[in-house]
Amino acid sequence: MKYLKLVITFIATITVFYGFNTKLGSVPPIGKFLDPAGGVWQNDQEETIDGNVNIQGLSAPVTIHYDEQLIPHIFAQNDLDLYKAQGYITAKHRLWQMEFQTHAAAGRVSELIGSAGLNYDRSERRRGMGFGAEKALEKMRENPEAIKFLEAYRDGVNSYIRSLDAKTFPVEYKLLDYKPEAWTTKKTMLLLMYMTKMLAGGDNDLEYTNMLRKFGKERFDLLFPDFFDVNDPIIPKETDWSFIDVEITKTPEGQLPLDTIPQTIEKPNPDNGSNNWAVSGAKSTTGNPILANDPHLGLNLPSIWFVMQLSTPEYNTMGATLPGALGVISGFNNHIAWGETNATRDVLDWYKIEFKDNTRTEYKYDNQWRNTSVRIEEIKVKGAATVIDSVIYTHHGPVTYDHNFMSDNEKSGYAMKWVGHIGGNNQGAFLALNKSKNYDDYVNALKAYTAPAQNFVFASTEGDIAIWIQGLFPNKWKGQGKFLLDGSNPEHDWQSYIPQAFNAHTKNPERGFVSSANQHPVDKNYPFYVFNDGYETYRNRVINDFFNSKDKFSIDDFKALHNNNYNLKAAELLPFMFDSMDDSLMTSEEKEIYTQIKAWDFINDIEKLGPSIWSKWYSKLYHLTWDEFDTEEEALMSPYAYQTIYLMKTKPENEFMDIVETPEKETAQDLFLLSFKDTVKELMDWKAKNGDYNWQAYKGTHVGHLLQGLPAFSRFDLPIGGDRNIVNAASSTHGPSWRMIVEMSSPPKAFGIYPGGQSGNPGSAYYDNFIDDWAIGKYHELNFLYNAEATDQIMGTQTLTPIKYYED
Amino acid sequence: MKTNIINFVITIIMALLLSLYLPWWSVMVAGFVSALFFSLKKAAVFFVPFLAVFCFWAIYAFIVSSANDFTLAKKIAVLLPLGGNPYVLILVTGLVGGLASGVAAVFGKQLVGLVRK
Repeated sequence: MKYLKLVITFIATITVFYGFNTKLGSVPPIGKFLDPAGGVWQNDQEETIDGNVNIQGLSAPVTIHYDEQLIPHIFAQNDLDLYKAQGYITAKHRLWQMEFQTHAAAGRVSELIGSAGLNYDRSERRRGMGFGAEKALEKMRENPEAIKFLEAYRDGVNSYIRSLDAKTFPVEYKLLDYKPEAWTTKKTMLLLMYMTKMLAGGDNDLEYTNMLRKFGKERFDLLFPDFFDVNDPIIPKETDWSFIDVEITKTPEGQLPLDTIPQTIEKPNPDNGSNNWAVSGAKSTTGNPILANDPHLGLNLPSIWFVMQLSTPEYNTMGATLPGALGVISGFNNHIAWGETNATRDVLDWYKIEFKDNTRTEYKYDNQWRNTSVRIEEIKVKGAATVIDSVIYTHHGPVTYDHNFMSDNEKSGYAMKWVGHIGGNNQGAFLALNKSKNYDDYVNALKAYTAPAQNFVFASTEGDIAIWIQGLFPNKWKGQGKFLLDGSNPEHDWQSYIPQAFNAHTKNPERGFVSSANQHPVDKNYPFYVFNDGYETYRNRVINDFFNSKDKFSIDDFKALHNNNYNLKAAELLPFMFDSMDDSLMTSEEKEIYTQIKAWDFINDIEKLGPSIWSKWYSKLYHLTWDEFDTEEEALMSPYAYQTIYLMKTKPENEFMDIVETPEKETAQDLFLLSFKDTVKELMDWKAKNGDYNWQAYKGTHVGHLLQGLPAFSRFDLPIGGDRNIVNAASSTHGPSWRMIVEMSSPPKAFGIYPGGQSGNPGSAYYDNFIDDWAIGKYHELNFLYNAEATDQIMGTQTLTPIKYYED
Repeated sequence: MKTNIINFVITIIMALLLSLYLPWWSVMVAGFVSALFFSLKKAAVFFVPFLAVFCFWAIYAFIVSSANDFTLAKKIAVLLPLGGNPYVLILVTGLVGGLASGVAAVFGKQLVGLVRK
């Protein structure tokens, strides 16, 4: 009996130990997690921002002042110390995020969350993310200084990681029950790949190919023209291109492969985009150029941005950094300011690959057989066996789709050619911008930058403004890469690149301002092939109209423009719809809502009902119009908003307007009424469930935590207007991820804010403290310190002190 | 009664000291060891160390978190989910620590019983 009791209590003890020490489903290891001495309670506090920290390998002490927004101002004696300190301080506030984003880039999410992440991981491996990061690192090795900087940053991050123990790990590690691994230079490259995928990893070639086959060339061109009928390009139309002495690649003879592709890998959010603009001194109320930037990305916590000031005796720069990368990405220094929007060019193409046999060791190229190579991708899966995925590589790039992945033919596949696999010192461009003093420095800084291609806006205290569309762009023949290409035909390869000096740009244009909002970079006069592959068509026109509307602009005008909620898309379609609506066919409920939207002024403010009705109505109408595209048999994509509205207005009786399912033949006008009736029904249901459908409530903008949007660590129902295709591009989960305005006075005067907070710790007051001000359109002045002296804005100062190696 | 109080005090002190060096299961060690040396009777075998560690963890959690306005505790209480109430989270914390310690103490008591006879 005694023995039995002993055994039972022993088993009970072991069970409790195991149960409380192990992550069960989504429940963290509850004993470990709730232990006040080492668990999550230890994260319920602010970070230390004063005192002295010993850091290996520094050459001199580094001073870090924290201002009241928890923005670190780093003062180092040289670049190596500076980047080491940047690594240390970034990790101190954002370690989990840095590691998570690079794990995501590398296709290592299953390691953390189990088999639910497997499909995602396989896509990332088959996209060649790790391959691209290694290529980039290889290219960077050609530049020993660049590698040294990466290593300094790495050492800084690792100094911080070494200072942690199980008790001090960020809360997400405790939640998922794992620990941080050492930072590497490759991880910085993976972070840049993460950005490259986000901004230059999109394409619709395979969908276009399916549609070309399905609808024929004429109908396809109607849906997806190379240029829309309106175009207000980034580089003003009157620009003279006669200095370009390189010709567009000649179009080869022959056919494109017209294969059927049932599905494609997940694409980056098409709303990833941005605004930037600058006015010249002549167009500014103070006589100083003013510049603004607001990148539109997924709204996440911790935010993708971390604001810092970085300073050595040689230069002093401040702005938004990307945790994981060096330097300031969108910011200013004493002499210049710069910012980026996405160039949205087609730099990703697909090639049909024909293998010799099932072994897939050879593929056809130029009427011969060439060898393939294999990259073994080992995907660790939490709580399950490791998955091995072998990805075949050709000279084009990885064969993403084959019979192992989203395709079924054992003897063929589709290979990806992507500028993201070519590599380059894309980190270096930003470090050079940080130090630039004038227009020439800026141009030199950008020269080697390859991807993701960006529209780099520029303004200087000297009075120059400019914009360069910079990236590595293949010089394509007309039509090349809009559709699936033949991987065996050498003429279908990218033949050459557009020489960097011929990338589209403008300096001090006559109109006194430069701007970009992801629209078409150029008009038809630019000699190289640039087709519409998802260019935005609304924000740019509102921005340019604003700057053409008067002579002088102030910082307040810039703020107003960032927060401009004018819905040009609605304004271009609704009056046309009203003209053809017959309200005698409406119920009294429908009439009431119809009156509401008719009274709307096309401004997407939070308290209005009009934007909610429009948003639902347009979405219903869009899906009803493109019902032919609603199929699972083959990957298709419905046309862009601009062309959709253009067709409704100019070809309301086109066959596409007909609803395939019904025996009647519908016109655009019929669709307006049908979709309106549907809209009213859904709005009434929504209202019964959630109350008033004002725009704030209906849109429900929220900022979600990076880890599957954990509600506990997210913020909901933010009072911000706007929407996609509006200058204030805040949709429900996406929007202005960083708003910056810089006036080029001496020293510059700068404002910045982002939807998050400097701390990555959900237990910190600085985790989300910018969000409320961001939502209502307020800015914080950035305390740009002139030197290492603390001012009254400084709430804490930390010193990183050198210690020699091998002493700790 | 006296042994109950001694066991209670010793369990707390031991749990506190061990928590400086050991992971969370130090409270199991504390419950187990105090059961070896300060043998209790019947339900007290479980409930005295349970109560000791319950108090230790709950008070410790309260002190740490209240200094930070329960910023994180409120969020963890949404995550787990405990209605967003940090006090419920403190209660659960105490229960988890107490249970672990109490179970280990019962095992300790059985072991002592075996060795003595």
